[in-house]
Amino acid sequence: MCVNFSGLLHNFGPDTLSGLQKGSIVALFALGYTLVYGVLRLINFAHSEVFMVGTFAAIGVWGVLGYDNNTKTPGFLLATGMILVGILAAMVASGATAMIVELVAYRPLRRRNAPPLAFLITAIGASLTLSEGFGVFTHHDQKGAPRLVAPTDLVVFGNTHIRILDLLLLGLALVMMFALDLFVNRTRMGRGIRAVAQSPDSAALMGVNKNRVIALVFLLGGLMAGVAAVMYLMKIGNTRYDAGFTLGIESFTAAVLGGIGNLRGALLGGLVLGLAEAYGGEVFGTPWQTVVSFVLLVAVLMFRPTGILGEALGRARA
Amino acid sequence: MRQGLARALGGASILGLLVAGAAACNSTNNNAGNNSANCGYKIAFFGALTGSAANLGVNIEQGAELAVDQFNDKNGANCVTLAKFDSQGSGDVAPGVARELVKDTKILGIIGPAFSGESESADPIFEEAGIPTISPSATRPSLASNGWKVFHRAVANDDFQGPAAASYMKDVLKATKIYVADDQSAYGAGLADVVKSKLGNLVVGTDKTEADGKQPNNDFSVLVNKIVASGADAFFYGGYYTNAGLIQNQLTAAGWKGIQVGGDGVNDPGYAEAAGKAAAEGDIVTCPCSAAKAATGTFVADYKTKWGVDAGVYSDVAFDAANIFMNGIAAGNTSTDKLLTYVSGVNYTGVANTYKFTATGELDPSLVKVWSFKFDADGVAQPDQNIPMSS
Repeated sequence: MCVNFSGLLHNFGPDTLSGLQKGSIVALFALGYTLVYGVLRLINFAHSEVFMVGTFAAIGVWGVLGYDNNTKTPGFLLATGMILVGILAAMVASGATAMIVELVAYRPLRRRNAPPLAFLITAIGASLTLSEGFGVFTHHDQKGAPRLVAPTDLVVFGNTHIRILDLLLLGLALVMMFALDLFVNRTRMGRGIRAVAQSPDSAALMGVNKNRVIALVFLLGGLMAGVAAVMYLMKIGNTRYDAGFTLGIESFTAAVLGGIGNLRGALLGGLVLGLAEAYGGEVFGTPWQTVVSFVLLVAVLMFRPTGILGEALGRARA
Repeated sequence: MRQGLARALGGASILGLLVAGAAACNSTNNNAGNNSANCGYKIAFFGALTGSAANLGVNIEQGAELAVDQFNDKNGANCVTLAKFDSQGSGDVAPGVARELVKDTKILGIIGPAFSGESESADPIFEEAGIPTISPSATRPSLASNGWKVFHRAVANDDFQGPAAASYMKDVLKATKIYVADDQSAYGAGLADVVKSKLGNLVVGTDKTEADGKQPNNDFSVLVNKIVASGADAFFYGGYYTNAGLIQNQLTAAGWKGIQVGGDGVNDPGYAEAAGKAAAEGDIVTCPCSAAKAATGTFVADYKTKWGVDAGVYSDVAFDAANIFMNGIAAGNTSTDKLLTYVSGVNYTGVANTYKFTATGELDPSLVKVWSFKFDADGVAQPDQNIPMSS
């Protein structure tokens, strides 16, 4: 293992850009974990498959429209249209998957007041069922996505090429985060979510429909995962039945890093994790990427156990 | 009373199962009449039938199976049986599967292991059992220096393939800045190291990735950034086609215009599938083999008729390897010792090449050849040129 600090200095710009790309995807993905944990104190392991289903849905819809991984990159307007269609398809598929998982895997347990361990096992079971199920249907093969974004440079600083994809991914993450934040803080349903997060029984006493709020929380997480799925396809270009696995672990890590249960923490944690992996991979080599993010997590938790931004969904500012 | 009945029934059914099982195991081979070719024996295929590099193993298995079918057509149905063992291309899974294989004493020869990593872990088990092996594809040079008597390689190793790839990049592509990476596998790392040593200071950077299909999130952006930043006009990847294709996909998306070069592990249409045909077009792979479609005789047509697809990399070599074993069995070498002696001393001209093995099991240096292949617009690797042996 050789350390390459000069590489980091030389490639700082490009690495920052790809770190922000990855971070944007992770941030949206992490929202699902942080929302569900904030409200239910449950780690939704099946969220990685919610993401995976979104990737296949987008590829499926693009395929129906005649776009596969060998199609030439379309022009600006057509590309924008296709991206929007893909996002819509992925959001619908991921949102639906999340709600179905909640209905089938978690609600029965909630009704029976099952112990937390049962939820954990069920979550893992749901995750495996979905990923292995897709594995069987896809023969464990890669599935390529059409390249919708051309590598056109927008601004060039030295060896740093800021391209459309960089702005698009970061922009999508910020916009969705902003929208979600607005929803949770300014709407009636959002108030319901914060109430249930703070104290489920008091909220029920105040007339909040707990089951509906929980379904909503899963839906929101699924919608965010759907957008993350299309972003992933634009960056990586391929998906597979286990595409959600490592990304899921990294995203949960990002959620904890930023402060589990904290929406803005998920964004911060995601971006920090993405950058750490990009810089770490440059300095230590590609195989050390994932190691760097987990070392970072341990380091942060040692000094700040509640994560960088700390507070949870229901409390104070949120 | 109820308990007694249950016990009686249970005991009777267990006895019944045992008797049935014994009867099934005692079925003698029902081709006792076909002993002109010494029927009733098996040869085995050992390699990846599933996993991200499965195409390479399947090509070999299908080539071998074609040979077995043609032999059985001449010598009686089921004269020789091809037993298939799926190692998933993994050095971890291979030993367990190898131990399964050696339990079957009817297996006299093994076509495989297909990959170098699994060869390292499975060949000691085959050596102990004394079963001769002919690998149509494992190219790591060190495999021949372990003193294994059962080891035979039907193609040139990476000490030939590596320098050939390097000289192609230097002399044909005329690349001046070359980035080299590998997947840390026994095959990939070995090949990349040979290429690096031959390229000397044309190498502008190196990196490693995870094993084929195991890169977290299939995200190669760090590697891609490094390649683009280094200004390399060629990129050599020691590894298999799925990773190589994904890297090419992401390199092209980042605007890189150079050429990717790979070894025989990348020589598969799966590369163009993972990269996208447009991105793969023009990329080069080497192979210590000539094109399967240049095989002599009716092999090409027969393969297409049986399998419905064109022969893949090493299908023709596997076909020859299977025939070497079956000729040996038909000539009376019906034990592993005798078949091993036969194979070690064979001089056989097949559809892909002529085969003679050195004392360490390598292919005779005078029979070695390395070809380059170029991916066309349809994602198929077409033969490009026979790279002269200079080393």
